[in-house]
This record gives sequence, structure tokens and C-alpha cells, in this order.
Amino acid sequence: MRELNTLTAHELIALLNIGDISPIDICKGVLDAIKNKDAKLNALVHFDENKVFERVNALAKKDGTKALWGIPIFIKDNICVRDELTTCSSKILDGFCPPYNATVIDKLSQNGAVLMGKTNMDEFAFGSSTETSCYGTTRNPWDLERIPGGSSGGAAACVAADEAIFALGSDTGGSIRQPASLCGVVGLKPTYGRVSRYGLIAFASSLDQIGPVTKDVEDAALLLKVISGHDSMDSTSVNKPVPDYPSLIKRDVKALKIGIPRQYFIEGLDAEVKDSMREAIKRIEDMGCVCEDMDLPHTEFAVSVYYLVATAEASSNLARFDGVQYGLRSKQAKSFIDMYKKTRQIGFGDEAKRRIILGTFALSSGYYDAYYLRALKVRTLIKRDFEDAFKEFDAIITPTSPTPAFRIGEKTQDPLTMYLSDIFTISANLAGIPGVSVPCGFTRDNLPIGLQILGSPFDEETILRIAYNYEQNTDWHKKRPKI
Amino acid sequence: MTYETVIGLEVHLQLKTESKAFCGCSTDFGAPPNTQVCPVCLGFPGSLPVLNRQALILAAKVAISLNCQIAKLIRFDRKNYYYPDLPKAYQISQYSQPLSQHGCLPVLVDGKEKRIKITRVHLEEDTGKLFHQSSYSLIDFNRCGIPLLEIVSEPDINSPDEAYMYLRSLKSVLEYIDVSDCNMEEGSLRCDANISIRKAGSKELGVKTEIKNMNSFRAVKTALEYEEKRQIESLEKGERIVQETRLYDADSGITESMRSKEEAHDYRYFPEPDLVPFNFEDAFLKDIENRMPELPLALKKRLMAEYSISDYDARCIVGDKNMALYFEKCVSIYKKPKEIANWLMGDISAYIKEHDLTINDLDLKTEHFVGMLKMIDSGLISGKIAKSLLIDMIQTKKDPCALVKEKGLEQISDEGEIENIVKEVILENPKSVGDLKSGKENAIMFLVGKVMAKTKGKANPKKVNEMLRKKI
Repeated sequence: MRELNTLTAHELIALLNIGDISPIDICKGVLDAIKNKDAKLNALVHFDENKVFERVNALAKKDGTKALWGIPIFIKDNICVRDELTTCSSKILDGFCPPYNATVIDKLSQNGAVLMGKTNMDEFAFGSSTETSCYGTTRNPWDLERIPGGSSGGAAACVAADEAIFALGSDTGGSIRQPASLCGVVGLKPTYGRVSRYGLIAFASSLDQIGPVTKDVEDAALLLKVISGHDSMDSTSVNKPVPDYPSLIKRDVKALKIGIPRQYFIEGLDAEVKDSMREAIKRIEDMGCVCEDMDLPHTEFAVSVYYLVATAEASSNLARFDGVQYGLRSKQAKSFIDMYKKTRQIGFGDEAKRRIILGTFALSSGYYDAYYLRALKVRTLIKRDFEDAFKEFDAIITPTSPTPAFRIGEKTQDPLTMYLSDIFTISANLAGIPGVSVPCGFTRDNLPIGLQILGSPFDEETILRIAYNYEQNTDWHKKRPKI
Repeated sequence: MTYETVIGLEVHLQLKTESKAFCGCSTDFGAPPNTQVCPVCLGFPGSLPVLNRQALILAAKVAISLNCQIAKLIRFDRKNYYYPDLPKAYQISQYSQPLSQHGCLPVLVDGKEKRIKITRVHLEEDTGKLFHQSSYSLIDFNRCGIPLLEIVSEPDINSPDEAYMYLRSLKSVLEYIDVSDCNMEEGSLRCDANISIRKAGSKELGVKTEIKNMNSFRAVKTALEYEEKRQIESLEKGERIVQETRLYDADSGITESMRSKEEAHDYRYFPEPDLVPFNFEDAFLKDIENRMPELPLALKKRLMAEYSISDYDARCIVGDKNMALYFEKCVSIYKKPKEIANWLMGDISAYIKEHDLTINDLDLKTEHFVGMLKMIDSGLISGKIAKSLLIDMIQTKKDPCALVKEKGLEQISDEGEIENIVKEVILENPKSVGDLKSGKENAIMFLVGKVMAKTKGKANPKKVNEMLRKKI
């Protein structure tokens, strides 16, 4: 039998159901993998083996309502777990243990999932490489000299390396899909409003969404079903029924009409990524879908719009980290203004400071109209591009990332190049639509390549159905890195 | 040179909701520090605000009562600034699209009604409270997140007295719709004032100062009087007014510079992404309108029509919601609205004013008050005696009949007794008697007064009058 840590959640559920294994067996398997690998990967940031055993032992009896009973799960470090360190991989939240759970954590617990610990990320999710974490870079399990993508790099790396069964990440501009692509796993950003943001420490409130990082599409569907739904604590969560994704995605995809946006096949798109895409499109056509070139005319503005809207919101969201109530507080301060300054000076890393300054500038009087307000207008145009497209197409397919995983340190000196690694994922956040990345090939250097499928709002079912059918026709998701 | 004073007032009003504006915490006043808090109002990371519909309903009531136009879509903005009493480092407020705009409040100025325009009424959240100690500061977040309404007037007010009357009228309206405790000392109503001076007739506004830290309507008036004088004196000396915020000091009665506009914040307002816009549907608004209580203006008209009391009396009664309630309660048990109004506006109001009380503080039972009026009407006591009886009733809380018996205040109705005293007075005052005979009508009042004095006010003045005329 394959080792338990290498299985998916739905495979483990099947084994648990026939009584072959127990939750403790799964946890032991996962813990062994962590011991063997995480020193090399640095995917986990807050993790306590004893607490894991306590939680497994405290599991309520199995019953039919607990969809994830006994399945271990890792959580990105920006999602609040009661009385557990939740630091956004930032010094400024040093020692912070929230006295409350994020709504998704409550849902996971109600469904019997076992919380394992926290995964590494770019500080406050500011980054595409997990290099801005105060805990050091996470390494890509396919090549330890390369980055895992980001900001949910820890989540993608630990799932890819079988240190985890699955994980929850967050996606503001591609932070689930891009690392999933670069680590060869499945990553889903749900529609804005599908999953409650309560307890997700905000980066950009109008863009953030929590979503699954998994080994296959069926697990993504399973996890999405558990975490979705309206939450009275988050007024931006939408009150729509949650479909039974795991069963619905298994239907066929015959005659679905899929758009291939010309604007995504740009200069700077890696040749091998491009080739994999072409092959994937052929495969999808073989499955019975109709693929057609189309346009998303405002695509070229997405990165600029994103870095105005996201930084503006971030500058406001991060203003609360002032040393008054929790987290780090400078002991050198002479007055409260001085305390703010010193605390933030030592608490935030360079990228966080850069984005706070950018966002503050974009909102400043005299600049607001030219930057923030204009960005909002162009955001509406980008949204309309998709609205128009989905009148004609059931889904849109693009590469997830323009390149495979790059080397550690390769882009840290040039923020603009770094920002461009999100060029294909950002639009979905601006438009609020769902997107999933699935493995679709490997480079000659054996680095994973991901395919992104975008859908219309609240139609996760269709994109997951295409992803599932594609996965059934390929073996990319079965390949695992050797560490 | 003559000057014109231009004043605009900014009132902050805590709304009387059970829970805070964006979370479920209690809004009760006076709880131990930091006992009415949660992750949301403490601005903990990951927490999200959810709008309290009740706050919106109360805000809409205020907007309706101030004749404002209410926006169809209610949006919130973030007002960003750093201060320890603001745990998110931004206040959820309304900037580009306030809840309501273009209202007005009728205010009585020199006996005439003046409509003072309201620029906007918008909803926001209150901040925490800081307590500065010698070497450290403490914060109480109980207040943080309480729904706060900002009511901004146009610079339509032309004197400190007018500002005072505006606040009185505003408070009166707010009390009618029962949306706030309106207690300046507890801070449920706060007022900042902008004031500038310009040459009479000039169309351009002068440089304004903003005055803060007044804790009563009187203080607003005194502070504005000081500031008006200070600015005029500066201008007379040829100095320029500096645009700044000034703090009023109640002890010394003066305003002092706090910070100049150069140091003012750039609040970097932008739409609050954590709250979805609220759609004010017509039906929802209609429902609020239908449930609005009778507002002072309508009540005044009704009182005049129903009870035939004068415009002046009606206005005075309506000026205080509880006074109006008291009036109607009295009228319901004794159908003499004019007498009731006279006493309420006369002796009772004087007593209230003198002792700085409200009609409710008096705790004067309507049965007792009306009982006293009945005794006057039946001739059992004189109006003059009633004046002191009223004060006795207020102070002892006793039934008027019991008091009258206890103190022997019954009017002397024995004609023989009065006749003897009348005779005495005629003999003692031959000059006045002569005057009256020669047609000087004033003399009768003098003689009546003499009789009343001798009877210690217990004679019926009407009867005394008749008797005097008969005898002379």
C-alpha cells in the first residue's frame, strides 16, 4: 500500500470508511514526512506535534455529517486559529494568538478535520515567491534552489512534498494558483464572496479569498464544499446555496465552449509553458470541449490596476499594526507616535513597507483621482471583459504563470519583474471570478507547469468539472518530487 | 465698522441602539472599562464589520426629522488616521455619499422662525476613550464602535445665541424621535463649532477657527461669544485670523490654540471594501416614515387647533417633549388647557429654570397639579396662595388638599370677615378712596392689595374688588 501521507483526502476517507486505518495512522504518516522533509523545505512555520496528537485524540465520534473526519489539514499563516500563533509570517505579529477562529476553521472543525499547523507565506501575502517571509524562504520541492511561488508557497510546497494531505491558502492576486502551478498541485481561488473572509487577516479586502491547495481536483471540490457558504460575520459573503461539487464535477464536459484569450500569449511567456498549454488545449478539445481564440481587451492594464487597488487597501488594512494592543511593540519609544514609528520600522519587512508606501501615496489627496479612482474605473472595464466573455464561453483557459519556478533571489532585486509573475492570475481577483490551476506538464528541467481555468461568478462547478475531466485524461498530477 | 458672525455647527450624536454599529457588543453607558468589546470593535486582524440595521433605521429617522434627502444607496468609507483610541487606525464613516443631505431645522430667532440648513447627516462609528495619566495613558474601548451620527449645519448661524437656539431645537427634535440620550455630559451629544467674522454685507467668508471641547449648550454659547469677540478685536487691530483648531476651557471661559491647519490630516478616504452597499428600498424607508412619532412642528399645530392655546404657549410647550407629554396628560384629566398652559409656562417653568431641572425631575403628579387648579377654580384657594402651594407640593410631594388643610390656606369665604377688613382698609386709606371716587381706576388695585395683605392672601380678590366698589 502507498504511504498514507501520499494519498488524497478522498482516498483516505474511503480507507477510513472501510475501517482499514484510523486518523492517528494518517497523522503519524504526515508527521514522519514532515520530519524527513521540512528541514529542507521550510514550508511550515507554526507546528506542534503534541497539539496534533491532542486534537486527534479529542476528535468527536465519526458521523455522516463530518465530511473531513480524521483528515489532517494545514492552514496558511494569515488565517486565524484560536489560541494558536497567527503571524502572517511577519515580525510585527510576533507572538499573536487570536482569541477567535476564522469561520473556515470552525467549518473545518465541525467537519472533523484535524488542524496540523501553519504554513509559510510571503509577509502579509505580499509576494510571489515566499521570499519575504520573516521565517525565511520556502523551497520548491521539485528543485530546492527554486522558489515555490507565493504567497501561499508553504501550503503548495508541503502538499506537493506529501508533508500534507491538503491545505488552505489565500489568493489576492494569484497567491493560491501561482504556487500551485509552480509546485505541481491543484489550487483554487473561489468566487469573491463564496467563502467567508472572517478571520483571514486582510491584505486587500476587495480581492482576498480563501481557497484549497490539494493534490487533485476532487479534493479541491471536497474542501470547497466544506468551507463555502454565507457567513453572518462577513457581509461580503454571498447567500447562495452550496452545490455538491464532488459529485457534480464528475459529469462530462461535452460541448462546453472554452475561450483562449489572445492577450495571454504574450512576449515573456516561457516557450515550454506555451507548448504545454497548446497540448493541454488539444487534450481538452479531445474531451469534447470547443476551444476558440477570443479577446479580453483590458488585460494589459490588470497589473497596474492591481498594484494600485491592492496596495491602497493594504496600506489601510495594515495601519492597525501599531504596537498598541497586540504583536510586536518597540521598547525604545519615547511617545506614542514614536512607538508607532519604531514598531512599524522594525516590524515590517521591505516589501510590506514598499506596498504600504505605494498604497498610501495612491490614496493621498491630490493623487487619489489620478491613481486609485482611475484604477477602480479600469477595474470595472476588466470585470466587463469577463462578463462579456462569459455570455459566450463557459470557461476561459490560460497559463497560470508565465514561467516555471524561478531561482531563489532571482527577482528579489526587481519588484516589477516579480509583480509580473502574477500577470495571468490577477484579473480573476479584480473581476471576482473563480479560477483553478491544475498541473499540465513539466519542463525539460522537471519543473511543473500549470493550466488556469477561469469561470463565471459562482460557477466553480464548471471549472472544476473541466479540471477534473482533464486530470482524468492526464497523469501530471500523479508525479511527485523526490526529496 | 460692523461685522457679521458666521457659525456652522458639527454635532456628533450617539445613537441609542442596543448593540454597536458593526458588531454585537452592548452600548450601555458606564460599564467597567473594556468589558463591552469583541475582536470586531477592537479591530483585531481578520475581524470584519457587519452593519447594524437598527443604527441605519435611527439614522434615517434623524434624517427624516431634519427634512433631509436620503440617499438610495448607503455606502461607507474609511477615514484613515493614527490614534490609540482608534484600533483599526481607520474610522468607518461616510464621505462621498453620505446617508442624507440638504436638510433644514427651523429655529426660533428673536421670535421669528429661521430655517437653518443642514449640509449632511452621516453615520459613522465612535472611537475609544483615552485617560491620560502622568507617564502613561489608558484606553477604554467600550465606546469604540457605538453608532455615531454626524450632523453638519451650513454656515447659516449668525450669533452665539442663534447657535444656542439651534442646539436647543435640534435636541428637542431628537428627543421626540427618541434616537439618542442627547446627554452632553455623558458625551452622547457632542458639538464642535466653526466660526468666522466678515464685514457686514460681504459675500466672502472670513478665515474660520474650529472650537472644540464644549460640554454643554451654554458652553458652546460662551465659547462662541469669546471667540467672536477675540476675532473682531484681532481684525480691528489689523491682524489676520489663523485657520486653526481651538480648545475651549470652561473654567477660564476662553479658547486656546490647539493645532493649526497646516498640521491637519490627510484622511485618505476610500470606499470601505468590507461592507457591501446597503440599498434603501422605498418600502423600507416608507415603513420608517410611517412609524415616525409626531414631530414638534406638527404637534404645535395640533395643540393650537385642538386646545385653542396661543402660538406662543404651544411653541413653548412643544419645545420640550416631556413638557408636551405632561401637558396632554393634564388636559386629558382636566379640560382647561389654557389654565394648564399658563401654569406650565409660568410658575412651573420658572421653578424648573431656577433649579436647573426638567419637568420629569419635578416628579409632580398630574393629579396633584390638576387638583390644585380645581381648587382655584372652585374658589377654595386664591391664585396667590396657589403659587406657594405649588412649591410646597413639589417639595413635599403631598396632595394639595392635604397641604391646604394642614396649613389653613383655604380662602376666606366668610363675607362678614372680609367685610370687616374691607371697612378697616377704607378707613385707613382715605386718599385712595377719594381717588377712586374721582374716577382714578388704579386706586382700586391698591385697595384690593391692602385687603389681601391683611388676609395674608386668603381672600378672594374678585370678591374683595366687588365689596370695595359697593362700599365706596
